[in-house]
Amino acid sequence: MHGLEFDVAHTLAGSLVLASLMLIYQDRLYALLNVYALHAFVLALSVAWQAFIQHAPHLYVTATIALIFKAIIIPVALHRIIVRLGIHREIENVVGVGLTMIAGIGLVALSMVVMLRVTPGADPLAREDLAFALSVVLLGLLIMVTRRNAVSQVVGFMSLENGLVLAATGAKGMPLVVEISVAFSVLIAFIVIGIFLFRIRERFDSVDVGVLDQFRGERR
Amino acid sequence: MTLVRDLISQGLQMLLVLLLAPLLTGFIRKLKAQLLRRQGPPLLQPYRDLVRLMRKEVVLAEQASWLFRVIPYIIFAGTWVAASLVPTFGSGLLFSWSADLIAIIALLGSARFFLALAGMDVGTAFGGIGSSREVMIASLAEPAILITVFAVAMIAGSTQLSTIAEFMGSSAVGLRVSLGLALVALIIVAIAENGRIPVDNPATHLELTMVHEAMVLEYSGRHLALIDLSSQLKLLLYVSLIACMFMPWGAAEPRAGNLALAVGALTYIGKLMTCGILLAVFETSIAKMRVFRIPEFLGAALMLALLATLLRFVSGSL
Repeated sequence: MHGLEFDVAHTLAGSLVLASLMLIYQDRLYALLNVYALHAFVLALSVAWQAFIQHAPHLYVTATIALIFKAIIIPVALHRIIVRLGIHREIENVVGVGLTMIAGIGLVALSMVVMLRVTPGADPLAREDLAFALSVVLLGLLIMVTRRNAVSQVVGFMSLENGLVLAATGAKGMPLVVEISVAFSVLIAFIVIGIFLFRIRERFDSVDVGVLDQFRGERR
Repeated sequence: MTLVRDLISQGLQMLLVLLLAPLLTGFIRKLKAQLLRRQGPPLLQPYRDLVRLMRKEVVLAEQASWLFRVIPYIIFAGTWVAASLVPTFGSGLLFSWSADLIAIIALLGSARFFLALAGMDVGTAFGGIGSSREVMIASLAEPAILITVFAVAMIAGSTQLSTIAEFMGSSAVGLRVSLGLALVALIIVAIAENGRIPVDNPATHLELTMVHEAMVLEYSGRHLALIDLSSQLKLLLYVSLIACMFMPWGAAEPRAGNLALAVGALTYIGKLMTCGILLAVFETSIAKMRVFRIPEFLGAALMLALLATLLRFVSGSL
């Protein structure tokens, strides 16, 4: 069938989807951040493997960026933020882990059906990466929708961005400039969101975004 | 001649699983006790318990129906047949054509159905609690194991255990993330089905937590011996299932010589010991879950199995 190259790429990309599902499963913030670090680490491995089999040295840069920024700096910074906010012991009441998981599996199936249907002629590696990347993106959106804590929404956003990077590496030839600019825009988004977290906290004494709804008068 | 040989091999296997099952349980008990720095019962204690129970008289409740008396035999027969269908030391089994993996799961499922009936038959509160919990666990574990089987069968191209074992032993397997997910799902299901520690504690009679022990509380004498033996057989069956699907090394080919069979038997015992050690270490290093956490634990298995199938679907369609 396919060679070992495809199998390893498939394993790594599949592990990324698995890590996304693990993100949905976690209800403690520390555990969530650790899984996010794992998510970014798997992404780095996957990108590095793509660089190796596509003979594309610039992808190694992407892998290094993913490893340093996303697997180390951002989780450590988020750790500090949640310690300073004093919410590191909080257990989030996620709305029905089971239901969310089923929805997540449904999204994975949906993205595979869609992607495999619309890309019949493409290279198998790219097709498979696109399918997995779409499911990682959708799962990131799902995390952002189901969580009420702003920090976990940030984690959802970051995991969504990991999915975008996976799609880009599979599609052979996203220019390095674009990739670096994406990485830095995410970093800047992270900083902005971090500042916002403190602002929300200052004003409402909580990072539960449900409070914002109450403030706007949408929920009584 | 081949038929006779296969028949002997099959008979040998049926005897082997029956003889080894209490030993495996005893081994795990001893190891767990020693990990907790206790002396622990001797290795052969489960055999002695079975013999003692066989000799004792049966005490039946007045309200017990005929079903209550028949069920231990049904459960034992179902579990024994299921255990004899899983390749242990060699894959060339006489009966393997007659039933595949799905049939094995169905046999175990019907054994569990009868056990749940027996729990409710006498009408004590404990039996009812045990049955309802067992059925709750089963309703999550059975879909998980069925989907796991689908994932493995999609990779190996068959639901016959012998074919799967041969395929896994060959180099055609390659690196498959689906297989890893399926293995984890199968291990979680095996832990739940055998009532091992995060789900149920096999050594306790604490009424708040017990599942399996609550159902069989009313049994005594030879009935209890049969039920104990079937639960030991079930543990052996799951270990052999994992061994034959995910550790197929060393098992004898069909129509192999005596030497290959001996090697297969030795490696099989080695695999049993490895799994026993892993299980004992796992059980001593983890605490029991609350009953209401079990659906989440088994839900993870279901999710992993589904994901394995989906991932296999992708790599298979490319």
